[in-house]
Amino acid sequence: MAQKETQQPMKVEFSEAAKKEFQEILKRYPDKRSATLPTLHLAQREFGYISRDVMEYVSNLLDLTVGEVMDTTSFYTMFKLKPTGKYHIQVCRTLSCALRGAREIYEHLEAKLGIHEGEVTPDGKFSLMKVECLGSCGTAPVVQINDDYYEGLTIEKLDEILDNLE
Amino acid sequence: MFEKVLTQHINIPESQSIEYYLKHGGYQAFQKVLKSMSPDEVIEEVKASNLRGRGGAGFPTGVKWGFVPKDDSKPHYLLVNADESEPGTFKDRLLINGNPHLVLEGAMIASFAIRSNHSYIYIRGEFVKEARILEKAIQEAYDKGFLGKNILGTGYNLDMAVHRGAGAYICGEETGLIESLEGKRGWPRIKPPFPAIEGYQHSPTIVNNVETLACVPSIIERGASWFKSIGPEQSPGPKLYCLSGHVKRPGVYELPMGTNLKEIIYEDGGGILDDKKLKAVIPGGSSVPILRADEIDVAMDFNSLAAIGTMLGSAGTIVMHEDTCMVDALLNLLHFYRHESCGQCTPCREGTNWAEKILHKIESGHATEKDVELLGEVANHINFRTICPLGDAAAMPIQSFLKKFGDEFRAHVGVGHCPLNSRL
Ligand SMILES: Cc1cc2nc3c(=O)[nH]c(=O)nc-3n(C[C@H](O)[C@H](O)[C@H](O)COP(=O)(O)O)c2cc1C
Ligand code: FES
Repeated sequence: MAQKETQQPMKVEFSEAAKKEFQEILKRYPDKRSATLPTLHLAQREFGYISRDVMEYVSNLLDLTVGEVMDTTSFYTMFKLKPTGKYHIQVCRTLSCALRGAREIYEHLEAKLGIHEGEVTPDGKFSLMKVECLGSCGTAPVVQINDDYYEGLTIEKLDEILDNLE
Repeated sequence: MFEKVLTQHINIPESQSIEYYLKHGGYQAFQKVLKSMSPDEVIEEVKASNLRGRGGAGFPTGVKWGFVPKDDSKPHYLLVNADESEPGTFKDRLLINGNPHLVLEGAMIASFAIRSNHSYIYIRGEFVKEARILEKAIQEAYDKGFLGKNILGTGYNLDMAVHRGAGAYICGEETGLIESLEGKRGWPRIKPPFPAIEGYQHSPTIVNNVETLACVPSIIERGASWFKSIGPEQSPGPKLYCLSGHVKRPGVYELPMGTNLKEIIYEDGGGILDDKKLKAVIPGGSSVPILRADEIDVAMDFNSLAAIGTMLGSAGTIVMHEDTCMVDALLNLLHFYRHESCGQCTPCREGTNWAEKILHKIESGHATEKDVELLGEVANHINFRTICPLGDAAAMPIQSFLKKFGDEFRAHVGVGHCPLNSRL
């Protein structure tokens, strides 16, 4: 599950709104460490991905060591250790989707975008990943783009969806 | 006639709102509990209903609640397991989307029963929309006074919050979930101590599946004997069956527990896609032993499936027709287990890796008879040798595919390609 990290040369600090949100998160838990996942989600929304500097920032917020934050961050596939495209496309590859054409969907995306798994298009617009069961097997094949699910896909539907993304 | 209890409102757009829920009898059960029952009476009623956990293991819910200490000074926690990551399973998402307050009400009653004032809903990170729906529902419940301090003037306090995971199958396992909630990697804990004694923050903790909790309000309202009258008495109740793969009408079907699998596939599911011949069915999520087409005349409940060597699990029924290559299907699953093994126990971490490699070799037609044997041995070395059941969950498919479709594995030996030219 380990991913490689890359550097991100910028000052890492939450916006005022994110600082407020962080305070709200802390209130929900009996200890600070329990706020790690929500804080990392928030950090990813703020900074796009979780660089080493972001981990350090989060560790200071939560009174943890950088090592502790890194240990948690690298375990979860949704935390990105490097930048992705503006639209991060995740194609479910697990059995129910595979039985209903997930491979065709994935290969179509590779050809159309000219990138392979883990890559970003040169214009930074799209990145492509295969992921495991998204919990939506009844409407296979399924693709998640950023936060949204697209279900019961065909190549035609997928093209239409991509063409409509700015 | 079976009356739907969990999903009767799900296709109505406003069913997510508390107003709609209240108008249709919502939060009556919670009020009944608060005003006229003791925590122990709630536990006894749920015990008497024979409700068994819908998350996979089928453990009796009331019995589990009864393990929580009654006179300690530690806080207690009720965790709702909305991780829903067992391949083939997609029922909790439907409940959250269509009836979030039912899930909340079940969690409130469970919290009251185990004397908890804190509840978290652990939802898989990918369910962003569903997390927002739950957050909104929780806010509505606070606004109406069903959550917070001194609920409805009864002196009972309960706080509830949504906690999002971040992409890890293992965090559906209850102790992995607890570790994850504590902000760590989701490495399962050695049991005992069981979470009911020592869970989140070393305090008594109950983890229950979304669907399990959604059954609770109706048990309180209509009584344990009503619940027990639906399906087999030993594992009764309404049940959500998830149908996917090669069927004409995939989807979630709410039916009485113990509905015949063949009926679910051919009547509810409309039969096999393109009218092909059925080849195999995984009845309870990808981790349970597979069935051949001639074994599906069976009642879908815990005991009936156990009697034929498989499990109800999460009721994620994956259907495969005659064109499916069983080696490729198993390879697809082993890729999943290898990816999702948390890495803590050597037999699971290394075994899933080995199994996937051997399966690649078999599927490509470059394996020998010995490799097929080795695959079985690898599975035997994982099974029962790990801290959590993820290892067993990877081993059971291997063992059952080999047992039921061994000929097909051997037919791949030395051919130089997959005889079915499968590309899953
Ligand atoms: C690898 C693994 C993954 C699991 N995933 C889930 C899950 O996604 N959702 C769930 O409710 N239970 C899951 N479980 C079962 C939980 O450990 C636990 O038994 C369940 O949440 C208890 O709730 P119940 O008694 O209401 O069924 C999983 C178990 C294992 C071993
Ligand atoms: S297999 Fe793709 S959503 Fe479950």
